Amino acid sequence: MLVSQQQKLQEEIRALVARHGRTRAALMPVLQELQEKYASITDFAMQVVADELGIHPSEVYGVVSFYAFLHHEPKGRFQIRLCQTISCDLAGKARVAKQLENELGIAFGETTPDGRFSLEWASCLGMCDQGPALLVNDRVYTRVTAEQAHRIIEECRSVFGAHATQAAHA
Amino acid sequence: MSGEVKAGQDTSRAPSSQRIQQVAAPPDVLQMIGGQITVTIDGTDVKVPMGTTVLEAARQIGIRIPTLCHHPDLCVAGVCRICVVEVEGQRTLQAACAYPITGSLKVKTHTRKVRQARRHILDLLLSTHYGECYSCKRNNNCELQSLAKEYGVDFYRFGHVTESQYPKDESSYSVIRDMDKCILCRRCVRTCIDVQEVGTLEAVGRSNRTRISTFLDKPLAGVVCINCGQCINRCPTGALHANDTSDEVWRAIDDPTKHVVIQTAPSPRAGIGECFGCEPGTPLTFQLNTALRLCGFDKVFDTNFSADLTIIEEGTELLGRLYRALVKQEPAAFPQFTSCSPGWVKYLEHFYPEYIPNLSSAKSPQQMFGAVIKTYYAKTHNIDPKDIVTVALMPCSAKKFECNRPEMAGSGFKDVDYGLTTRELAQMIMEAGIHLPDMPKSGFDDPFGDRTGSGVIFGATGGVMEAALRTVLELVTGRKVEKLFEHANIVPVRGFDGVRYVELPITQVADEVPALIRHVIPTFEFLKGATLKLAVAHGTANAHKVLEDIKAGGKLSECHFIEFMACPGGCIGGGGQPIPTSPEIRAARARAIYAEDMESDVRKSHENPAVARLYSEFFTDGPCGHLAHELLHTHYTARGKHIG
Amino acid sequence: MQPSDSRKTPLTFDTIEPGSGLAAALAKSRADIIGEVSASNLKGRGGAGFPTGTKWNLAAAARVHGEAAKYVICNADEGEPGTFKDRVLLTAYADLVFEGMTIAARAIGATRGLLYLRGEYVYLRPHLEAVLDRRRKAGQLGADILGTPGFEFDIEIRMGAGAYVCGEETALIESLEGHRGEPRNRPPFPVNTGFMGQPTVVNNVETLASVTAIFAKGAAWFRGIGTEKSSGFKLFSVSGDCDAPGVYEFPLGITIAELLERVGGTGAKAVQVGGASGQAVPASQFGRRIAFEDLATGGSIIVFGPGRDMLHVAKNFMEFFVEESCGQCTPCRAGNAKLLEGIERLERGACSSAYLNELVRLCETMQVASKCGLGQSSPNAFLSIVTNFQDEILGRTPADR
Ligand SMILES: Cc1cc2nc3c(=O)[nH]c(=O)nc-3n(C[C@H](O)[C@H](O)[C@H](O)COP(=O)(O)O)c2cc1C
Ligand code: SF4
Ligand code: SF4
Ligand code: SF4
Ligand code: SF4
Ligand code: FES
Repeated sequence: MLVSQQQKLQEEIRALVARHGRTRAALMPVLQELQEKYASITDFAMQVVADELGIHPSEVYGVVSFYAFLHHEPKGRFQIRLCQTISCDLAGKARVAKQLENELGIAFGETTPDGRFSLEWASCLGMCDQGPALLVNDRVYTRVTAEQAHRIIEECRSVFGAHATQAAHA
Repeated sequence: MSGEVKAGQDTSRAPSSQRIQQVAAPPDVLQMIGGQITVTIDGTDVKVPMGTTVLEAARQIGIRIPTLCHHPDLCVAGVCRICVVEVEGQRTLQAACAYPITGSLKVKTHTRKVRQARRHILDLLLSTHYGECYSCKRNNNCELQSLAKEYGVDFYRFGHVTESQYPKDESSYSVIRDMDKCILCRRCVRTCIDVQEVGTLEAVGRSNRTRISTFLDKPLAGVVCINCGQCINRCPTGALHANDTSDEVWRAIDDPTKHVVIQTAPSPRAGIGECFGCEPGTPLTFQLNTALRLCGFDKVFDTNFSADLTIIEEGTELLGRLYRALVKQEPAAFPQFTSCSPGWVKYLEHFYPEYIPNLSSAKSPQQMFGAVIKTYYAKTHNIDPKDIVTVALMPCSAKKFECNRPEMAGSGFKDVDYGLTTRELAQMIMEAGIHLPDMPKSGFDDPFGDRTGSGVIFGATGGVMEAALRTVLELVTGRKVEKLFEHANIVPVRGFDGVRYVELPITQVADEVPALIRHVIPTFEFLKGATLKLAVAHGTANAHKVLEDIKAGGKLSECHFIEFMACPGGCIGGGGQPIPTSPEIRAARARAIYAEDMESDVRKSHENPAVARLYSEFFTDGPCGHLAHELLHTHYTARGKHIG
Repeated sequence: MQPSDSRKTPLTFDTIEPGSGLAAALAKSRADIIGEVSASNLKGRGGAGFPTGTKWNLAAAARVHGEAAKYVICNADEGEPGTFKDRVLLTAYADLVFEGMTIAARAIGATRGLLYLRGEYVYLRPHLEAVLDRRRKAGQLGADILGTPGFEFDIEIRMGAGAYVCGEETALIESLEGHRGEPRNRPPFPVNTGFMGQPTVVNNVETLASVTAIFAKGAAWFRGIGTEKSSGFKLFSVSGDCDAPGVYEFPLGITIAELLERVGGTGAKAVQVGGASGQAVPASQFGRRIAFEDLATGGSIIVFGPGRDMLHVAKNFMEFFVEESCGQCTPCRAGNAKLLEGIERLERGACSSAYLNELVRLCETMQVASKCGLGQSSPNAFLSIVTNFQDEILGRTPADR
């Protein structure tokens, strides 16, 4: 990371800490905002957060590595999380999963080389009556069929706009 | 004259689940805190104060409940679950170590359910435990192994891993991590965060992927670790151990061209007996001398000698700083910090690099001795320093890092070649077929055979301060310390409180400055009527408190001199000392040390004739002079906290 | 693909006018508020079924440590597989939930409330913030609420981040305090030593909404519904092999057979009551009642049709627990993994009865020796399937897969 970028991030984290309070109880909200904005929490960010909250970097890492929605490794711009728990399983999540893998060319737990999509399993999403369910970032899709996998991914691509779509097809 | 520094509020960063639990009860019951409650354990009644845990209550009546995650130095965790017991009226078993007694209870400690649970827990731990006892550093001194024996484990009920799951981390000079043997008791985590405030180790990941690791799983040498080894001392298994260099030492002994000398520090001598089944606090100083000669060491020296040398150098430095500040009005960093604990030094370099000027530039006794051996001793004995191998028996794992610091070779040769811990040397002695306690006594070798009690007490927290005061007070006031303190025991700086603060008014000063240090400080007049303010801290969590107080301009910022020891209890509680450790064990070792001090003929560093001889023959420009600076002093590195 | 309304029956909550419950509560003294809740015999809807009145009483009596104040936490971490009624409540009846929190605050003397919303429900946050804003403007939150002098209370929303165990109340508090979501030793309980060491009431979303209903309609009315020991109505999250999965309201005490009738699930082979941590009830026991005295549940009902492979079900549950265990204590961290291994052996048809019995005994150890409810209940599903469907799971051949 460039020094100027580091400084910017540092300023940003300081502002976050100022907003949420300089106590350990602010750790989760601060990490969540960083996660949302950057799709991952970098080594550097973790150390700045630790410094600002007066805790050790290892403790921040311990927290980040505990929660399924916080990541240290970079994740895709779109994180697709398919529910793997029982009701969605009974409703046929396995075929949706397979098709998502086919569409993206990656396996669960991986990120596309262009950094756009990550595919992950999730535990029960609370949409059990309308499974199979999946989350794309904070948007929920229900009663997903294998057939619809392609459409969901296209919807994400269109968010990027024409330019990005071209790049993706290139 | 002694003032208590309040430990301040609880700065523990452990998750609240792992902190000592507040006793919580409705207000009317709260009145009873301090009151006594009768509980029945396995049919026996015992009266305990409210808030006592079931484990403590059981121990009081001699009922043994097994533990793994519990440690007397650490806050409650309640994670291993081996200590579960049946509490009447409760649906589930309760962890005895974490269950505070707030009302009368009936407890059963070995019912079928309890025994089955304990056996299952052991079976589960062993199912993921990769390692064989006979190739393990903790063979015969492992809590998991003893419990397996106690509970009659004779097969692996739930299988057993047959392949290593984690690569060993051997990056550190001091601590080796072998996570294949880790049982996730988190004693190391609580040690490193709560006792030492370093925070190197933490639980990472979750579910059955949980592991004890460092920031980003980096090797230990690549993160902030002060090498104190306190985590090793509290690890119940062989998952953590010191980086053992005894093979290299044997090799040197076996090599006829090498002149191998060993210096022994007082703390290991007070502790090593424990490795041979002696009670804690059994000093074996002179038996050890015999054993070491039998092992093949060419000379056996006493680190006390260089401890006395350290006192002269560090004391002179302090007087020099006072003179510069008070008389010459030149800038001088106060308080002066001691520098003999390498764990503490690295702590400061990482966390408070802006205070490096406050650190005494004097090397630790270990390093001073090494430097003197490879120069003065080599010269006077006509041995080529390249043929000398210096070994140090230390209670400390950080000494291993210290002797490998590149700056520790002022003579052109590494001051100290190998640092051995108490445990490692005990191992070598056993390997030589020697039962240490049975050895006849013998003395130390000349020319450093003269030793004082001041050097001995370096081993306990407050000891460096006491030794320095014995010398400084006597020189400055011109009166015998015995006149000021009975038997020259400066009791106010002793004890185990985390931070201790003492004020010593100087009412009279000597007319003349001793010749040895006159080049640094021509007169004591300016100290008349002054009050020396001193503090002592041990365990780096306490060092943290002191430095925060200094930063905030608190009372400790007015101190002139502060002694810091990285390890709780000082060197007697060092990371290289026999395992287990506990407040009682450390107190017993401290008693042994103070007893050795009382038995010494000479008890003040400046009265050590060998030290005097060294200055007159070798360091002729005196303490803090040119040659001393080259060989006996060092510099530090601002390391900071950032992990690249 | 867009989520639809889950409600399948009219809910009592439709009939509760927002504001009425709070107004009725504030007309009472603090002791009387707790008295009313106790009189209603409301038991926690989050699963454990602890009497809400008793919990509040303990928190009201508990002493604050130092300067700070008490807290009310709404547990909206709804992570139990097969449960989604809290999502419906937060979507359509958020006012009633916040009102319940406000009443709880009044009762115990709390000044701050926190709603811990599971990360998976982040899309509900804007809506919930809007409701909070509206309530602040209406004087239902903030200082001197509804003109009650000295009654100050506000609510903040905090997000979870994908950890089922954070639904356990002490893990939830750890998470709020910025730690790994690892459950604490109990005692002390949150009512004494909770968030930031202060007395804290943690209640489920539905419990709090029910409180509001109780004040709107009276404790006697509530007690009149359900059974002697299980008062009131309850929301059920129904999923799996039935015609109309969704959220239903039934009085407690309903039998499984009656419930299956209503949701179009007759002919089922088994019903999972209580989610992954509950048990698989075989058809032969469909006469059992869903109530605290028989089959307790937080409301999760999963129907397994005749063709379902119960070993596959057990495996799915066990995978869930292996993933979601916090990893702190030995029985749960290593035990779940061993059970999953055992299930895989059963799948391969390679598990002896002796080893299966060993695993059943391990289940007992996990139930009694684990540190928190997760490990204490994670073997339930496995145990019930081993007990009730033994002939289905032993001696498998590749053809059975
Ligand atoms: C592993 C585990 C997960 C839990 N998840 C939830 C949950 O998602 N929502 C909930 O309200 N209670 C959950 N609970 C129960 C809570 O610990 C607690 O008992 C409950 O929030 C109390 O509220 P109530 O008395 O209103 O039910 C869970 C318990 C355990 C052991
Ligand atoms: S850690 Fe203990 S049980 Fe494990 S191999 Fe070493 S001695 Fe044996
Ligand atoms: S050696 Fe000391 S600083 Fe390093 S990990 Fe162990 S306890 Fe922490
Ligand atoms: S390394 Fe040792 S002390 Fe640390 S968790 Fe593992 S077994 Fe316990
Ligand atoms: S039972 Fe499981 S979830 Fe609960 S504390 Fe133990 S490991 Fe964590
Ligand atoms: S010693 Fe009590 S739980 Fe580990």
